[in-house]
Parts: sequence; C-alpha cells; structure tokens
Amino acid sequence: MKRWPRFYPFALIIALLALVPVGVLFVLAWDAAELFDARNLEVLTNTLLLMVLTVIGATLIGVPLALFTAYVQLPARRLWLIVLAAPLAMPSYIGAFTLYAAFGPGGEIEALLGIPTPSVHGLMGATLVMTLYTYPFVLLTTRASLLSLDAGMVNAARTLGLSLTMSLWRVVLPRVVTGIAAGGLLAALYTLSDFGTPAIMRLDTFTRVIYVEYNAFGLSQAAMLSLQLLTIVGLVLFLESRVKATSERPGRRLTLWPSHWQAGAMLAAIAPITVLAIVLPLLIFTVWLLRDGASGFELSYAWNSVYASLLAAIAAVILAVPVAHAAVSGRAGRVMERVTYLGFGVPGIVMGTALVYIGLQLPLLYQTLALLVIAYVLRFLPLAVGSVRATAEGLDSSLMQAARVLGASPREAFMRITLPLTLRGMIAGGALVFLESMRELPATLLLGPNDFETLATYLWRVYEAGYFGRAAIPGLLLVLMSGLGLALMLSGERRGVFDTSEDHRH
Amino acid sequence: MLNVSHLSVSYGTTRVVNDFNLALAKNEVLMLVGPTGCGKSTILQALAGLLPICEGEIQLGAWRATPSLIVPPEKRNVGMVFQDFALFPHLTVEQNVAFRLTDKTPADHWLALLGLEQLRHAKPDTLSGGQKQRVALARTLAHEPAFILLDEPLSNLDAALKDSLRWEIRDALKTAGVSAIWVTHDQEEALSVGDRVGVLNGGQLEQLDTPEACFCRPASRFVARFLGEASFLPGQLEQGRVSTTLGAAPAAPVDGASGEVDVLVRPDDLSLVRADNDTNGTVSWARYEGGTQLYAVNLDDGTPVKVRVSHENRVEPGERVRLAVITTHPLAVFARTQSSV
Repeated sequence: MKRWPRFYPFALIIALLALVPVGVLFVLAWDAAELFDARNLEVLTNTLLLMVLTVIGATLIGVPLALFTAYVQLPARRLWLIVLAAPLAMPSYIGAFTLYAAFGPGGEIEALLGIPTPSVHGLMGATLVMTLYTYPFVLLTTRASLLSLDAGMVNAARTLGLSLTMSLWRVVLPRVVTGIAAGGLLAALYTLSDFGTPAIMRLDTFTRVIYVEYNAFGLSQAAMLSLQLLTIVGLVLFLESRVKATSERPGRRLTLWPSHWQAGAMLAAIAPITVLAIVLPLLIFTVWLLRDGASGFELSYAWNSVYASLLAAIAAVILAVPVAHAAVSGRAGRVMERVTYLGFGVPGIVMGTALVYIGLQLPLLYQTLALLVIAYVLRFLPLAVGSVRATAEGLDSSLMQAARVLGASPREAFMRITLPLTLRGMIAGGALVFLESMRELPATLLLGPNDFETLATYLWRVYEAGYFGRAAIPGLLLVLMSGLGLALMLSGERRGVFDTSEDHRH
Repeated sequence: MLNVSHLSVSYGTTRVVNDFNLALAKNEVLMLVGPTGCGKSTILQALAGLLPICEGEIQLGAWRATPSLIVPPEKRNVGMVFQDFALFPHLTVEQNVAFRLTDKTPADHWLALLGLEQLRHAKPDTLSGGQKQRVALARTLAHEPAFILLDEPLSNLDAALKDSLRWEIRDALKTAGVSAIWVTHDQEEALSVGDRVGVLNGGQLEQLDTPEACFCRPASRFVARFLGEASFLPGQLEQGRVSTTLGAAPAAPVDGASGEVDVLVRPDDLSLVRADNDTNGTVSWARYEGGTQLYAVNLDDGTPVKVRVSHENRVEPGERVRLAVITTHPLAVFARTQSSV
C-alpha cells in the first residue's frame, strides 16, 4: 500500500490556483465580439515576425559568443562571460526606452554630438532591442552544450585534415543543435510575452494591442487576444518540451589559444553588442540625471516597488516549499509542479487582464495591493519553486530516513533537517522573485491600486508623457536591481552556468 | 528479541523479498549476505519501517508491524547505519551524535570510545570516510536502540580501512550489548564478523546458520559457491563415506542425498603434486597469491577443480599433476543433477 505524500494536498491547491487566470480568460472571452478579424491577422503577423526575426538575431549573435566563451582562452574569461550574459538580467523596456530616445532625428545622440542617426522604431527597432536582450539565452544554453563535448572529436577531425572552422561547423555545431534550439525557444517565449519593447517601438503585437483594448474598456476583446497569444505561447512551450537534451560522456574540453590580433578582432566584434545593450542605456540615464536631476521623482515610488515585491517574495517562498517538496516526492507531485509553471508562460499583460477581471468580480480585491501581489506570485512562483527544488533534490533521502530512525517524527525531521538544508534555495528563490517583481511592468500597470506608482510604472508614465529626462532615477535604480539579480545568479544555485574552471562541477 | 515471520516486500509487481523468516537473539550479530539485487537492503528498509511491506509480520517488544498495521520508523526503537553514512551536513559531529538526546552522556561516552573526541566540533564534510563511519556508528549507538541495522557500512571505504573498521564495529556492538543485522555483499566479511550468517538469493533466505556450518555444510550449491571457491566432484555415497576418483572422505549428505552424488571440495581439501605417472589431471592456469598458489586443474574425466597449495610448490600450466582428497572432516555431498558440472 502507498501513502499520499504529505505535501500533495497543499501542492494540489496551489496548482489549482495557478490555473484560475487561464480559466478566467475563457469566461471573459466568451463575450468578445470578434473571434478573429483582419486586424487580428495584422497583429498575429507582427507578433510572429518579431518572434522569428528575434530568434534569428539571437542565434546569429548567441552561437558565436557561445563558442567564444566556451573555448577561447583569454585573460578574465569569467568577466567576459558575465558582461555578455548581463543583458539577460536587464528588462528589455529599459533598452527600448533608451534606444528610442537616443537614435533618430532629435534623439540624444544628434542633440549631443550633432551626428544624425536613423531612428529606432517599428518592427526593425523592436527586433534590434529584443535581439540585444535575448541572445544570452542562446549563449548560455549553447555554451552549456559545448562544454559537455569532448575535445577529442575536434582534435580527431583536425588530424584528419579538416580546418578548425570546418571542424567546428561539421563536428561541433551538429552536436549542440538541441542546445541552440532550447535557447532560441526561450528567446521566442520572452519575445512573445514582452510588453515594454513593442509598446515603446509602437509595433502592434498582441501584448501592445491587449493594453490598448484594456484602456479602451474592451476587456473581453483583450481576453480574446490574450487567449490567442496564449495559444502561440503554448505551441512554443510544446516545441520546447520536445527538444530533448542530448547528453554525451563528458570529457576534456577544447581550448583555443588566439594570437593577439585574433583576440583583438574578437573583442572588437563583441564590443558593439555590449555598448548597445548596456553602456548606451547607462550613458543616456546619466545624461538625463545630469540635465534634469531628480525632478518629479518621489522616494515613495521606490518604496512601493520594494514593498509589493517583498510581499510577493515572501508569499512565493511560502507557497514554493510544499510544491517543491511534492515535486521531489513523486510523479503526481511533478505534474502539480508543472502546473504552477504555467504562470511563467503567461505574459504579464495577460495575467494582468485576467486578474483585473477577478478584481471586478470580487470587490474585496478590487484595486488592492493584494491583487498585484497575487499576480507577481502567480507569475514568478516557478522561480522560487525551481530554487527550492534544486536544493531539495540535492538532499540525500537517507538523511530524512536517518532522522526518522533516530526517533524524529516526520514533522521534526522536516523542521530540523530538510528546512535548514533548503534554506539557501529558499532565500535565493525569494530574492529572484523580489527582483523580477521590482522590474515587472505590464501587470503592475494594470493592477496597481490608484496612485500606487512603482519604479517601473513611473518610468512608463514618463515615457507616455514625453518627460524622458525624469526617467533617470527610476531607470538607474532598475539597472541596479538588474545588477543585483545578475550577482545573485552568479553566486547562487545557477553558478554552474557561469563556471569557467576546468573541472566542470555539476 | 526481534521476530520476523513470512515477510514479503514488492516494488510494484516485482517481489523482491519473499517469505523471509528470522528470529534475532539477544546480543547477536547476524550477517545478511548475498549478491547485488538479492533483496538484502530491502529487508533492512522494511525492518526500519522505511518501506511498506506487503505480507508477514515484524515484531519487537511492544510493537508489531503488519501490512495494515504501520509502525513509523521513529516508533520502532531501531538504529540504522547507512551505506553513505547520512550524517547531517549542517550539524557538527557532536550535534549529529546527540541528535535527539536530552541527556548528552551517551553521546560523550561513544565519542570518547570511538576516538572522536578531537572531532567534536567538525562538520561532516571535513571528515575522512573512516571518521564518518565512526560518527554514524556513534550516533546510532548513542540513541540506545533495541537493535541496529547496518546497510553495507564498509562498502564506501577503501580496502585497508575495511579490515580494521570491521572489528571496531563488531567490538562496539558487543560493548553496547545490542543485537544487530549487518548487510554485506562481501562473503569474507560475513564469515569473519557474524555470529550467524544468512545467505540470500533472489529474495529468499537459502541458509541461516553459524559461519562454519554455512561454509562447510552449505544448504545449496548456491550457498557453497557464494561463500568461497567451490568445485564439485562426482562420487558414490555408501555408509557415510563418499568415494571419488581422487580418493574417499567422510560425507555429510545435504537433503538426504544418496547413491550417485556430487561432493563439494574447497581448494584446501585437495593436495597437488607434479608427477609423471599415476596422474589424473592437467593444470589449466596458476595464480600466485603470495603465501599460497591457486591452481585450476582439469581432471581426466573432464571435471574442473581448484586447488590451493603452499607457494613452494610450483607447477606450470599444461603440466600433468596428481590430485588427492586429503581432508578428514566430512565433505558436503549433493544429489547428482543433470547439469551438475
């Protein structure tokens, strides 16, 4: 006979709650006037074009950079990797905002240097921004695959007379195709759900049009569009689940020693990417800070961000513990965990739409901070679950057994052994949720109570009103948050991704 | 003490332990030995209450566990030493050993007795394998369980350490006056340390007896082969003596074997000399073992046997030799089967 693991009831309830937003959208969309019209076709085309172009761009940048960071021996290898992965931690709307403001006639570059530049907007502008902020997905997944390959194959190909470039092309790349695909799909998911970039670049994708509909009180039309967007997200997620990670017997990794001019050429090729993605936003914000100072900014915006995000982080960790432990106790638990991951695939604007409707139905929640915190938790719970689960999986099951055999009840064993040993994961997960919530824009726009301005929403208002200079303080604070997020990724559970030491740990 | 009757355990539809019976005596160290996958670790998990059982009964003192009557591990008063030690990594040696003790005296006692005094405040991941094993043992003994289960406690240690730690553990168990079931796959460990040995095969207990009995009078050919080098010679059993092509010896029939039988000979039951006439076999290979030399010989009737002799006696493969039974103790004889070679 088998007993129902003790975390299952909690995990089941949380999993069911995670399903509510999608259910709500179906109810809402029922009243929509149009299922699909010519306008929808345009939106669909824009969305898919942006997605495909971004994936192509991210692959073209990400794969060479992966080869570079995995194989090329340069001083400060780890630093290069961190700099190249850094855009991942920045919200793309920061980049969209600053690139939009910097380029074009009357842009900051022309104003400051007198050099005319083409404007960055529309499909091409959105593609540029999304590529700059999604290539690290491809870089990291491809690099991980590359590191698992044994150098012997390349060496064999070269002794058989193939040039290095051809050996990389014919022997290495075919074996990391799944890694590239995994990164490309992540980039696609990110692009689909991103709101800030298409909105700022004035490209009518699903996320932007949903926001427009919401502002025009077309909530059911917004719900219908949300479901259409979710369908595409679902397809991408399905593809992602079909990408099987290939594992090879790990061996010694390939190392390439470039000459001075080769190293110089590589760095020169990399520089524009980092300049556009990181240096330019920082410069623009600094220029604005010098010019406009802190006018219009109130400390309460930052406090509101911190307060709401902190509540979300605490709630997410409390909910993540039973889900993560259910996930390691059995198959049914893994299904429940998978269900809570749904929120991660639901774009913020879609989550916002669903919860706005819930707020309208439940006056208790309407226009409350609680509703916003719920949205954060539903969206970012998987980050906390993932962190806690990673530490819980690392726990040797015989530790729990040893505690039980020594006479501890399951409760005591959990409190004295499991909890202290997974504390690290809980803190790391909470911090990730906190930082993501700090930077979240679309759901905050839709769900923030009246006069509840956060850093992200204030940045948005400033953009809408055209007072770009006032974005300096919130912009720099958000970049700082992103930096902290990156530092956390580097020190925490994901350390392995950034590990450049020779003996790759697991 | 501990009584186990008709215990069966299944994983899904596969039965891994079948009709296991055992009565553990007071202060007894019982070795459970068998090849990988024979169910020996499963039995320990079931006894500790870490696995559900599907048939039978486990009883100790006040508690009795059956498939429907579940007694959780913490209510069983059982101690367990895990194969990977299972020391709590966030606690010091002292905190591990005194995990659930309100009175720390037993912890101090065992820390001192097992030479862990210096390591009191060390964290487990700074310890060597042998030290970890001692801490695990101290933790188990300090909690004063009614009986102790040891799950291959030495399998993660290197060979040199195994030998000394084996005796250290046995001495500690005897000092504590606690009975124990010790699982191992190492037949030498089983024979040397145990008061009794249980040999498992495919989830079934094939024999449960003293080490001498298991080795000299094995209940089955499997037990005979598992506990040491075993060769089987064809022979005739008459009036308590068995005669073979290599000579005669007193016989101990297994399962009432009679008439045409197979005789179990261990490598040291035979003598071997190189000879030019009256030979009865050819050496197929020789293995130098230091103090002794092990030969595999093909007898002229086709039977393969192994012989262990003093290392002074050197014979090369391919040379003709004369073998003879030299033992005076009774040899186990089994009924002849078709596939007895």
